[in-house]
Amino acid sequence: MTAALRVLEFNAMGYRRVWRGTLFSTFLSPVLFLAAMGLGLGAFVDQGGNGALGPFSYAAFLAPGLLAGQAMQTAGFESTYPIMGAIIWDRTYFGMLATPITVTGIVFGTLGWMAVRLAMVSTAFFIVMVAFGLVASPLGILSIGVGVMTGLAFAAPIMAFAATRKNDQAFSMIFRFGLTPMFLFSGTFFPIERLPARIQLLAEILPLHHGVALARHLCLGDAADRSDQVVHVVVLSAYIVAGTIAALITFRRTLVR
Amino acid sequence: MATSSEPALIHARGLTKRFGAFTAVDAVDFDVAPGESFGFLGPNGAGKTSTVRMIGCVSPVTEGVLTVLGLDPAADSSRIKSRIGVVPQQDTLDMELTVRENLVIYGRYFDLSRREAGRRADELLEFVQLGERAKSQVEPLSGGMKRRLTIARSLINEPSLLLLDEPTTGLDPQARHLLWDRLYRLKQRGVTLVLTTHFMDEAEQLCDRLVVMDKAKIVAVGSPRELIEQYSTREVLELRFPADAAPTDGSIFDGVASRVEQLPDRVLLYADDGEAAAVVLHERGVRPETSLVRRSSLEDVFLRLTGRSLIE
Repeated sequence: MTAALRVLEFNAMGYRRVWRGTLFSTFLSPVLFLAAMGLGLGAFVDQGGNGALGPFSYAAFLAPGLLAGQAMQTAGFESTYPIMGAIIWDRTYFGMLATPITVTGIVFGTLGWMAVRLAMVSTAFFIVMVAFGLVASPLGILSIGVGVMTGLAFAAPIMAFAATRKNDQAFSMIFRFGLTPMFLFSGTFFPIERLPARIQLLAEILPLHHGVALARHLCLGDAADRSDQVVHVVVLSAYIVAGTIAALITFRRTLVR
Repeated sequence: MATSSEPALIHARGLTKRFGAFTAVDAVDFDVAPGESFGFLGPNGAGKTSTVRMIGCVSPVTEGVLTVLGLDPAADSSRIKSRIGVVPQQDTLDMELTVRENLVIYGRYFDLSRREAGRRADELLEFVQLGERAKSQVEPLSGGMKRRLTIARSLINEPSLLLLDEPTTGLDPQARHLLWDRLYRLKQRGVTLVLTTHFMDEAEQLCDRLVVMDKAKIVAVGSPRELIEQYSTREVLELRFPADAAPTDGSIFDGVASRVEQLPDRVLLYADDGEAAAVVLHERGVRPETSLVRRSSLEDVFLRLTGRSLIE
């Protein structure tokens, strides 16, 4: 436990140097997305709409989904290149392992740090949403936690995979053929019910849809069926737990020889 | 050697490391006494690094007995690690952090308070002469500076045992001598040093006792002086011949030296009195281009034990 806290502290120490730079982009990205897609595209949709979204604007429908999508993107980055760097490029983890820090400490400390980063990014997104007047329910604040969970559901399995790689070639594939399509087809921009049945099933198996749906229901305050929300939490948790177990295995295999 | 009254700091019997079908360390025995400075000498791939990594508890023992500070690495790795310092072959410095932050965070890994870690960091930066670079990034430092920083970092927990895996490989002579000087001071303070090297002068400078490793096994043990006495002669006569003019019949060297080594351009004669050997050969009509008598070194021992052919 102490070991994990120390690893988290290490990450925070490095982040202290760059936080000003990331602060700007952390707020800029939701502003740009919500301005372009929410207000721009949204006005278009709302005008020609058939009332499919009920009393809500397209921007209000879209924003929570973007929050979850942004968490996924952040997690995707944090769990690929920095992990490879600490194993192969700078060998930071090997330096840690010469001390009382354990592999378990490294895995939990790294995930802990990602949770902190995801909370920062999701909080910034949420603040922008409030500023745009897109949060209808006070429960919406819980979508920050949904952002963290959604991010970790990606970060844990992806970092488990990253630890098995010798170079970074596979990472751009993850983004191109994994995260980007998921971002487009997981209900962020339109309800997954519009998808062909098979693709819809696929979206329901993958984690992003559950983060999107959960954040949306919390922000819009339209949680019709509570059991649905439980399913979302369970699915995201399952990805986090399975990914963490996988990471413990692959990290140990790579770091202890 | 460790005696029964003074338990060994490191004790290995039949210590073996295998990676799949490849045996990196093959049933080696050795003991390191407290305060001693102990070297593993050997060509690349001899198994030195694998041995030191097992001592550092970062590589599980495949077979055999190993105790470090009286503890079992398989059961007590965290306790052992908290009391040793490690200078790995490849630096593992944190490139995103400053020189001083590298030391402070490392102190935190050993559970030092921030204040104590900071105090030791400042002290160690002076010790390795990096005080002026405390706030600079690690990346632009020279190889020698990075190495000194790595050594400073390995000392943040005030270890009683310091493991150094090729501490000076790739450094210029100035940087190397500065490092030797610092290591010698640590030894004077009673820190036990265990180092691997393929530099003979490093082994002669720093090691009270050493083992020569070759092909995963220990092939000789002793102090540098003992090894020279046992495996070489007091002096070496080196004769250099012009191309194609070396004596083709080796029998001309019979009886003048305890061992003769004929190389393409040179002949090495191992004799206790090199000068006398030279006189005898002159009488026999041997006319080398140059003739040099020198004292036997650890390098002669090393080449005799591990051979001259390249190991690749």
